[in-house]
This record gives sequence, structure tokens and C-alpha cells, in this order.
Amino acid sequence: MQETNSGGAAALVPHGPLSVSDRLAKKALRHFKERLIELLLLGAAFVSVLTTVGIIWVLVSESVNFFGTVSIWSFLTDTMWTPLFAEPRYGILPLLAGTLTTSAVALIVAIPLGTTIAIYLSEFARPTVRELVKPFLELLGGIPTIVYGYFALMVVIPMLQLLMPELSGFNMLGAGIVMGIAIIPYVSSLAEDAMRAVPMSMREGSYAMGATRLQTAFRVVFPAALSGILSAYILGISRAVGETMIVAVAAGMQPNFTVNPLEPAQTISAYIVQVALGDLPHGSIGYQSIFAAGLSLMLMTLALNLVGHVVRRRYREAY
Amino acid sequence: MKAEDIPLIRKIIRRNKRLELLFAVAGLVALLIGVLTFVALFAQMAFAGWERITPEFFTNFPSRRAAQAGILSAWVGSLLVMLVTAVSAVPLGVASGIYLEEYAPKNLLTDIIEINVTNLAGVPSIVYGLLALGVFVYTFGFGQSILSAGLTLGLLILPVVIVATRESIRSIPLHIREAAYGLGATRWQVTRDHIVPYSLPGIMTGVIIGMSRAIGETAPIITIGALTFIAFLPESPVGPEFPWVNFEWLTSGFTVMPIQMFNWTSRPEEAFQQNAAAAGFILVLMTLAMNAVSIWIRYHVRKDIKW
Repeated sequence: MQETNSGGAAALVPHGPLSVSDRLAKKALRHFKERLIELLLLGAAFVSVLTTVGIIWVLVSESVNFFGTVSIWSFLTDTMWTPLFAEPRYGILPLLAGTLTTSAVALIVAIPLGTTIAIYLSEFARPTVRELVKPFLELLGGIPTIVYGYFALMVVIPMLQLLMPELSGFNMLGAGIVMGIAIIPYVSSLAEDAMRAVPMSMREGSYAMGATRLQTAFRVVFPAALSGILSAYILGISRAVGETMIVAVAAGMQPNFTVNPLEPAQTISAYIVQVALGDLPHGSIGYQSIFAAGLSLMLMTLALNLVGHVVRRRYREAY
Repeated sequence: MKAEDIPLIRKIIRRNKRLELLFAVAGLVALLIGVLTFVALFAQMAFAGWERITPEFFTNFPSRRAAQAGILSAWVGSLLVMLVTAVSAVPLGVASGIYLEEYAPKNLLTDIIEINVTNLAGVPSIVYGLLALGVFVYTFGFGQSILSAGLTLGLLILPVVIVATRESIRSIPLHIREAAYGLGATRWQVTRDHIVPYSLPGIMTGVIIGMSRAIGETAPIITIGALTFIAFLPESPVGPEFPWVNFEWLTSGFTVMPIQMFNWTSRPEEAFQQNAAAAGFILVLMTLAMNAVSIWIRYHVRKDIKW
């Protein structure tokens, strides 16, 4: 559309500084340059697709080698994860139990607190309070997770030990609580965005019927924003499942087939870190095992993403 | 309305007001838990690490003796890794964002790229570490180097930069583009002379947020096999002779701030915990400073734009 003017201009000014053929040549060059730039930009955008392809390729190809030695059945059902023993056993269940337990503790902290903060900021707080608090929450979400891990180990677990003297120095409860605090900002900011997107007219209708702010928040705004709030929760869950450093520092590094949060245990991600810290040779079964663990983790987050997609479709309220 | 209803109605109103107050208090308490955690975390590290934060702490290599150990190799490593991350993620991310907003036709390929960017944002960071271990370290043969680490973090923050670029571009009104096209500008001229400059504050915010996330990332860098004990510095990127730059530092072994902190945290001795606190304090200060800059840009630079 943007090249159409050059032909007409050439006809109007026959003896301009450039002849018609020069102008056409310039136009072809310009057209070529535009196409080239578009291709370059497309190439840049395609890097993200290549990243995904790379992740899948690496995880699957190394896992295939791994499952050549260890059967999938024993990987999924064996209750022992002892890769460093003389007779190694690779059952993912203990790591899975650790991952799910720490995530559950984190969600018990993050979902109620995150939702309360979101409702408070979106429906109750004055704009000045909101403007003041939101950057603070963002900062909370921006703190490196290794710092949270240190905090869990040095502050939260000793505090828990005051309440429960027999608690071990590494446990899933302390790690889970801190992880929950770390994911509050993700939950609260997405949930708040969803609630703020609910049209004002719906609140006004509710107020006009005599409802209080609390009733409006819980019976009108919350249900209307449900799809967004649920996707905030799902993002929180997938953060918790993939979180690494907090559990690596504070939950202990021993695979332990238990769902008791008072015990130490290892998560899938913490196992990967533990192996990477050691010096396993490239191509060994231990090296391959972290890719099988990573594949399990990836499949879990992928499943969560899919659930999130379905939830968004299903509970979407259109105005 | 009957007269005897009035006390009843008043009772209901009182109860509702009480409930409302109760929830407002609950909201404040929930906020306070967040804010207090932040304060406690910061204060604890400052308090525990205060004695260790001396000039020598920044100029000493890590050591077996906690009192002499410092973060020289860690902060230099972090700086160089961040350099590679910025150089790789910013052009790629901005170009992708521009493509998706200004160029992309509505077709299957565009849909695939868009869904893919959304999904990548949800991939756990440790999985990026595995990708880097398999691809950068072994397949491309970059080894356990600054180059591998920087590219890994670059891929990790790519979705952040893309999303920020797109949102920023989307907020530019259509009439700006129409005016430029109306004067005969090509698509690239519109993009280069109007879209990119106007969306720059938003892009900068996204880039800084992404970088502040990258500087604290520990898991993917451990996964590619960064060493935890480094008592040397990489080759200087700036040399005394022509051409004044060299790229040997890219292939050097390295450590970064969060790994140094992790290393000290996992030691049982009290003295090393002190070092961990000091390193953590500095790390948090770095991320805070970056976040503060991005918040400042958002609230001040953006406000000045009136369409």
C-alpha cells in the first residue's frame, strides 16, 4: 500500500532529478529491503519456537537413553530413588511426593493470602494505597529464590523449631511456607488484574441493590473474574512445582517417600541441582537421570498449562 | 415499611459493616505478612552480614577461611553473564515483539509463535538449565562457560522482553501509524522512526525486570555446571592493544553471586553463614535497585507521553 505513490509522482514530474527507471530500481531495492527486514524479524520470533523444540529434543532424547536402562514401569512405581547406591534404583515416586508436598504447603499459604490481597487491593483499598503497595509486592516477587532459601533455613525453620522442638533442621514445612510467600505476588497480581477487568457497571448494579462492598466483592466480582483468578492459581501451582532453590536449600537433599511436611525430603528440581553440583560424566546413567526427572517436571507443568487453558475457556465470562 | 422492621434493618446493617471491617483488617494483615517478610528478610541479612560488608569483601576471592573470603569472582562473573544475556535477549526479544505486533499476518505460524511464547513463560527455570546443558554445553561445545550461562539466561528472559515489547507497542494509538503511512513511509520506516522510539520506556521496563530476574537465577546456572569455587578472574574484555576487545572471557569458567551465596549457605559453619548473609544482602540490593529503576521509568517517563 505504501509504494503506490511513486508511479503517479513520476508521471507528474517527467524531468525530475531521477528518471523513471531509476525510481523503479529504487522501489525494487526498497521492496527488497523491506522483505529482508521482515524475514529477519520473523527469524527472531522463531527463536522462541526453536527454544521449545530444543527443550523437547534434549529432554526426550536423553530420557530415551535413560529408559533404555531403567524400565518406565519401575521408574513410575518404584518407591526408592537411590541413584548413588551400588545398586541404584530409580523410582520417581519419592521425588514426586516431595514436590507435591512442598507445593501443597506453598499453596495453602499463597492462595488464601494472595486472594485476600487481590480482593482488598481491587475492591477496598484507596488508589493511593494501591499505588504504594503494588510496587512492594512486585519487589517481593523479584527477590532471588536463593535468598528466600537462605531465609527459610536461617529464620523460618528456627522459628518453627521454637513451636515444635523435635522438628528437623531441614523440612518441607519451612521450605513450603517460604515458597508460598514467594509466590503470593504472582497469585495476587494476576487475580487483581482479573477482578479489575470486571466492568464497573456490575459493581454499580450490586451497590444499587443495597449490597455492601464485601457482598459485591464475593458474590459479583469474584464469580465474574473466576476464570482469571483460577488461571492465577494455576500459575501459582506451576511456579511451586518448578521452584528449585528454596527446596534445595531448606527441604533437605534426601529422597524420602512421604507426604508428611514435617520431614525432610527432596523434590524433582532439587535432585537435578544435587546431581549438577556433583561431577557426573556426560552420558552416564546419572547424567541421563536428570533429564528423565526434568521431563517429568516439564510434563507436570505442561499439564497444568493445559488445565489452565481449559479453565480459561470454560469459565470465561464475556461482557 | 413497618416501624418494627427498622431495628432489624439496623441490626443487619451493623452486622454487614462489622463484616466489612473484619475483611478490611484481614486484607491489611495479609498485606502486612508480605511486607513484613520482606522487611524481616532484608533486616536479618543486613544484621547478620553487616560485619562482613567491607571493601575487602568486594575485592577478595572466595577462600577456605571465611573471614578472608570475598565476592570478587562472583560479582565480576554476574556482570559478564548479564552482559551476554542483555546482548542476546534484548535484540531478539524486541525484534520478536515488533514482528508479532506490526508484521505478523494472521496465520498458523503466528498462532504457533504466540502460544509458544506464553508457554515458555511457564517453563520452570531449571528446565532451561537442562536445555543449556544438552545443547550449549555439549552439542555446541561452549562448555561450562560465561557464554553458555549468558545465553541460557537470555532464553529464560526472552518471554519477559517479548511480552513487555508487545504491550508497549500495543498502547501506541493507530493514528500515529496511519499518519506515517499516509506520508508514504514504508513499514520499516514507521517501525524504526515511530513505533520503537515511542515504546522504548515500556521496553526498557521489561528488559530491566527480566535482567533483575536473570541476575538472581541460580538453578539453571548450577545445572550447566558452573563451579562454586573460582579464585581467578576471566580475561578482561577490554585489552590494551588493537582491537582493544577480546572475547576469550566468553569461554572462561565463572561463578555468579547467587551461586556463591548458595555455596556459603550450604556450609555448616557459622562464619560462612555470615558471608552468605552479606552476599544475599548485596544481591537483594542489586535486584532492588534494578526494580526501582523500572518502577521509576514506569511512573515518570510513561506519564509524560500524551497522545
